[in-house]
Order: sequence, then structure tokens, then C-alpha cells
Amino acid sequence: MKTGTTTTRVLGIFALMITAWVVVSAFFLTPADVVQGDSVRIMYAHVPTAWIAYLAFVTTAVASGLSLARKHRTLGFDRVAGASAEVGVLFMAMTLITGSLWGRLTWGTFWQWDPRLTTTLFLFVTYVGYLAIRRVDVDPVRRARRSSVIALLAVLEIPLVHFSVVLWRSLHQEASVLNTDGDVRLDDLMLFTLFSGVVAFTLIFVWLVVHRQRLAAMSDVERLVGLDAAITARRAESTVGGGGR
Amino acid sequence: MKDLGFILASWIITLGSIGVLAIMTLRRARELSSRIPDEHKPWV
Repeated sequence: MKTGTTTTRVLGIFALMITAWVVVSAFFLTPADVVQGDSVRIMYAHVPTAWIAYLAFVTTAVASGLSLARKHRTLGFDRVAGASAEVGVLFMAMTLITGSLWGRLTWGTFWQWDPRLTTTLFLFVTYVGYLAIRRVDVDPVRRARRSSVIALLAVLEIPLVHFSVVLWRSLHQEASVLNTDGDVRLDDLMLFTLFSGVVAFTLIFVWLVVHRQRLAAMSDVERLVGLDAAITARRAESTVGGGGR
Repeated sequence: MKDLGFILASWIITLGSIGVLAIMTLRRARELSSRIPDEHKPWV
């Protein structure tokens, strides 16, 4: 493992152990819901993936803000922003897919153009666009500045997604935990399993971001080394060509 | 358990996607690391 350290290995082991507990609890220990039955077991994957996607996009915005604010522009914060957005897009995709499967069981349909679903899809597409812009082949400093501005604008969509169920009439249920009246509507073991899922996926998120930003650092070095080699070769060619004239 | 197919699919997609991304990241890291000198890897 060439981007790993002892800390990331320990982090990875903890993440795997807590994930294993969440799977066992979600399938075998927690009760079925009185209204939704066994389909509620999808919640332990669906809700943490949504929360971690939010966390990833907020991390992208904070790292982008720091990247813009630094006088001496280093690319470290920009790489964290990019890595976090990559992981966030994956988690958001999982939120949409698991939500769609859960929706088929509870609403009888995989998709509805409902406020929560539509705003979530819009958030997902925004960050896919953000990642596409990051892949445009320009100078890394200019790429960092451009993508930082987009990240700071895109993060404003998160409150819209979260409060869409309150602002508009929605098929999607209101929040059971992070709701406006502070009343948690979940059985104790269900709540503990849900929070364990959030902890497990947070550790996985940190592990992935650390590895992917190190990967991005190595990719940038490789690109620069390749560029230097190409410039040196070109200079050598022109020297040889010039000597022949 | 009722609706087991849907529940299993949700979990397999979730954990499978994370696993695939983790494996892809580690493989690419191994590949790149062999070409990049250690002086450019502050974490080493």
C-alpha cells in the first residue's frame, strides 16, 4: 500500500469492524418497522450515505475556501477538495440508488419527481460537473481557483436538499433524527445502529480522502516530471538541430 | 425476511461500490508509487 501509513491502516481496520457490526445489527438484531416492515433495513445504508455525501461536499467547500484564502497558493487544500468531492459523488450515487430501491418497496415506484429526490439528483449532477471541470487539462493553480469558486457555490444546494421536505409537499418522509422539532422517532437499537453506520462511513470517508489526495499529489508530480522531461528532450533536440545548421 | 432481494441489493451496491473504489485507489497508488521518488511523498 503506497499511500498508506500505520494511522490509515488502523483507521481502515476500525472502519471494517464497525461496518461489520452495522451489517449484523441491520439484518439480524434490529426489529422490523411497524409501518415499513423489513424494508427499513435499507435505512442503515441509505441515511449514512446521504449524511456522508453532505459531509464530503462541505469538506470540499471548506478546503476550497482555504485554498482560495491562502496567500502562498499550495495545492494541498485543492487536492483534499477534489478527493472529498470524488468520494461524495460516490456516496450521493449510493444514496440515490438505495433510496430508489427503498422507494419501490414503500411508495411502489423507483422514481418520482418529488422535491427531495429532484434536489438530490440536482446536487449529484452539480458535483459530477465539478469533477468534470477539475479534469480539464489546465495549469493546476488555475484549476484550483476555478474549481474552488464552483465548490463554494455548489455547497449552497445542501440546505435546499435537506429542507426540501419541509419547504414543499414531498412524498419523502421528514427527517426522523435531524428534524426541526428535535424529537427522535426511532427505537434505541435502531438509532444506535444508524449512528454506528454514520461512524463507520465517516471513517471510510476519511480513509478514502486521505488515500485519494495522496494519489492526486503523486499524479501531479508525475505530470510535472513528465513535463520537465519533455522540455529537456525538446531543448536537446533543438540544440542538436541548431548545431547542424 | 420480506423484500430480501431489495434489501440485499441495497447493501451489496453500497458496500461493493466502496470496496471497488478502495481497491482501484490502492492499485493506482501502487502503480504510481513505483514511478515517483520517495522525496515527493511526505507521508512516507
